[in-house]
Amino acid sequence: MTRLNNIHTSPQRRRFLIGAASVGIGLAASAIAIAQTSSQEQVIKVVASKFTYAPNRIMLKRGVPVALEFTTLDVPMGFNAPDFKVRTDILPGKASQVRFTPDKVGEFTFHCDLFCGSGHEDMTGVIVVT
Amino acid sequence: MGNACDRRSFMRLAGLGGAVFVSGLSGWATAAGSRDNAATDFFFVQMSDSHWGFEGAPNPDAHGTLQKAVAAVNSLDQVPEFIVFTGDLTHTTDDPQERRKRLSEFKAIVSELKVKQVYFMPGEHDAGLDRGKAYQEFFGKTHYTFDHKGVHFIVLDNVSDPGASIGDEQLSWLALDLEKQAKDARIVVFTHRPLFDLYPQWDWATRDGARALELLMPHANVTVFYGHIHQENHHMTEHIAHHSAKSLIFPLPAPGSQPKRTPLAWDSAQPYRGLGFREVDATQKSADYSITEYPVQKG
Repeated sequence: MTRLNNIHTSPQRRRFLIGAASVGIGLAASAIAIAQTSSQEQVIKVVASKFTYAPNRIMLKRGVPVALEFTTLDVPMGFNAPDFKVRTDILPGKASQVRFTPDKVGEFTFHCDLFCGSGHEDMTGVIVVT
Repeated sequence: MGNACDRRSFMRLAGLGGAVFVSGLSGWATAAGSRDNAATDFFFVQMSDSHWGFEGAPNPDAHGTLQKAVAAVNSLDQVPEFIVFTGDLTHTTDDPQERRKRLSEFKAIVSELKVKQVYFMPGEHDAGLDRGKAYQEFFGKTHYTFDHKGVHFIVLDNVSDPGASIGDEQLSWLALDLEKQAKDARIVVFTHRPLFDLYPQWDWATRDGARALELLMPHANVTVFYGHIHQENHHMTEHIAHHSAKSLIFPLPAPGSQPKRTPLAWDSAQPYRGLGFREVDATQKSADYSITEYPVQKG
């Protein structure tokens, strides 16, 4: 800000610089917020393809928030974990995400709920919460 | 359920899932002597989940089971007034031509059923990959209604949407149809998937099934017959009874009884175990339905 004060600027340019500085401060605040979230939240990438998820066994800790990020290698798929009330479509060329915090310990089934062909019924996995 | 007379021995459903074997009475006099077009006793047959085109160890006779079931229905003592197929007529294929070939072969086989009327509906294996396009070429609409001797039948499609939704449009259609029905009308609903959350962990549910049940709930006499889960299951959502049918290709495990919903293995000591069709008796005196389960092959 000291340097800004020392620069002779037109009122328009001054307003622009102040605005830009505000945005910069805002972005920095956001970055800090993301960093704080990331320090707690576990991010796991899951790749769907006919007719499986990789990984299909997802290890989580109770009380630790998680973001599951999905992509599909071929056709539209679904991800549904009814025990945690989260679901999403997984569409080709697009990443999708569900976020939740496991609140119970155990093994919980998830499955594809967008009919994707012969083998759809086998497209399941397990969330293991310890 | 009900205290109607029956033509012969039958399995009487007793409340939630229980079944009691009741010695039936011979004769079926009430139907024969009824007034024309009045609400009279009748029976129909439900067949389900034949998955024509499936090949694999859970059924080494996959090419012959459907024909055996057709022969078994044709050998019933009395001809059913109609037959309803509650979906998964064929097994999925990615190839649209092969899908049509399977639908065509299925249609040819069931044309041997000696009955006036057969009603069809798709399962997700028939319709989930092309939103019912090929199915409709062979069997027409995927949701419709018909009336038979005082009972209003509603066929709902909860499979052509790959996400297992009935959808707003069809729900509006259902609402309009139900508006025309008296609150004490006898209503039977046929679906492929259960309308209630039987076991969502295995996708045994309909995403907006609760909305359909909400529309049906004000009607006092509603019964739902469905397929999809390849086994008998009986469930009540308040006063609405839901009955799932056995399959004609392979049985599936009881909900949540094992980690995966993999088919039960073929038992060579008891071939065709867990496969079959059912007869449903609708009686004049009661809005309840008596169900008789039949195996694909006796013995």
